[in-house]
Amino acid sequence: MPKVIGLRCRECGAEYELQATHVCEMCFGPLDAVYDRAALKKVVSRERIEQGPKSMWRYRDLLPIEDSVNVVTLGEGLTPLVKADRLGAELGLRNLYLKNDSMNPTNSFKDRVVSVAISWARAHGFETIACASTGNLANAVAAYAARAGLECFVFIPVDLEPAKVASISVFDPNVVAVRGNYDDVNRLCSQLIESTPWAFCNINIRPFYAEGSKTLTFETAEQLGWELPDEIIIPIASGCQFVRHRQAAGELLEFGLVRGDRVPAFTGAQALGCAPVYNAFHSDTPDRVLPVKPDTIARSIAIGNPSDGVYVNRIARDTGGVVEAVTEDEIVDAMRLLARTEGIFTETAGGVTIGVLAKLARAGRWRGDEVVVAYVTGHGLKTADVLASANGHARRVEIEPTMKSFREKVTI
Amino acid sequence: MARRRLRLIFGPALVKEPVIYQLGRKFEIVTNIRRADVTKDQGWVLLEVSGEPEELDQGVAFLESQGVKVEPAEGDLVE
Repeated sequence: MPKVIGLRCRECGAEYELQATHVCEMCFGPLDAVYDRAALKKVVSRERIEQGPKSMWRYRDLLPIEDSVNVVTLGEGLTPLVKADRLGAELGLRNLYLKNDSMNPTNSFKDRVVSVAISWARAHGFETIACASTGNLANAVAAYAARAGLECFVFIPVDLEPAKVASISVFDPNVVAVRGNYDDVNRLCSQLIESTPWAFCNINIRPFYAEGSKTLTFETAEQLGWELPDEIIIPIASGCQFVRHRQAAGELLEFGLVRGDRVPAFTGAQALGCAPVYNAFHSDTPDRVLPVKPDTIARSIAIGNPSDGVYVNRIARDTGGVVEAVTEDEIVDAMRLLARTEGIFTETAGGVTIGVLAKLARAGRWRGDEVVVAYVTGHGLKTADVLASANGHARRVEIEPTMKSFREKVTI
Repeated sequence: MARRRLRLIFGPALVKEPVIYQLGRKFEIVTNIRRADVTKDQGWVLLEVSGEPEELDQGVAFLESQGVKVEPAEGDLVE
């Protein structure tokens, strides 16, 4: 018996056969993969997971791939969970951890979701994989398509930064640069799924793609000795991964993988320059997420009309979490803070997460002994340009190549 | 024939305007409302539209010219 038995609408509950589709035909709500939970209960165990591969595929029982022969992997997942004592000391947190997902093969969290998406596509006979991307997703899709030997199309706005285009192009995908902004790319790809036989990772195979996110929270619990933390700080773009982390916590509890029965507080982080979920969370109508025009350096999470924004607010509220946002300066300050205290260089999206962590800590959200985990989802080299300003070298001195000059200008 | 799933977002000035009716009258477009949440201040409608692609493009442009924000029903897909 297959473990994934179909798709179900999160809004109206309508059920569908397993197929490459992401929207309910009845109410246009999002579709989620449905597992045979009774069958899973018989096989899922800590021991079985611990004996699995040293990658996120040790959780394959809880992912929508039936046969390991179809798994397309570059060794993603099982990234370090770092106890952040120096950053914690600055923020008054004695049990602060960072899940450093910039250590994935293409240096972002996206490797998890793409590994699952491409594995699913290959298992279901797709020959071409595609995506619409601001950079990180296209990077991962191009790499994993190369690994799988699948044809690949990535759709990007024509003005995407050259460095990002280069890190995508090296994998030799078909790069379609759309003369327009992200909205235009978005609309074009929505229409393309109707007329191409392609698996669009973040569109028509989204229900399976999204499942890969869960492994981040599975790993966090396992690395904490099979315990869930008190609170998790997660960056919000579409909100898709936030929803899956809540689902992952539920599955860890349901299958008896973690001790206790407590669900962590789930807290979301946005940049104020693109904060539709934050705006709604702090309004009288949190179930009404109004689109915004993104204007932030945190481009990898700059989603103006997030598909899962409403669900983020419900989860944050129901678990005792919050949704907080930070300014552009606070993002850069947080990138520097993380680098200075923990030696981890994160991209702007990570700056948003650490910025929100710092903001909440300084506002007295925690007593100090709670176990708090922040998800650092991408590497700093992806957005190094934001640090290129002069004050990034405040401790730099320039000297002549002489001992005299050294003694005069360098304080030991 | 093509079909698209749209989310129309209205501000207070447009809540009372029959823009979906006008869309069907001005263009060869079949409209089908799937879900909606409209109050006196604002509202959204999830709408399926069917027609020739050029007609749909013109219809979307018309809605936007009226001040309606038009998004894909499932939100932003670019990641």
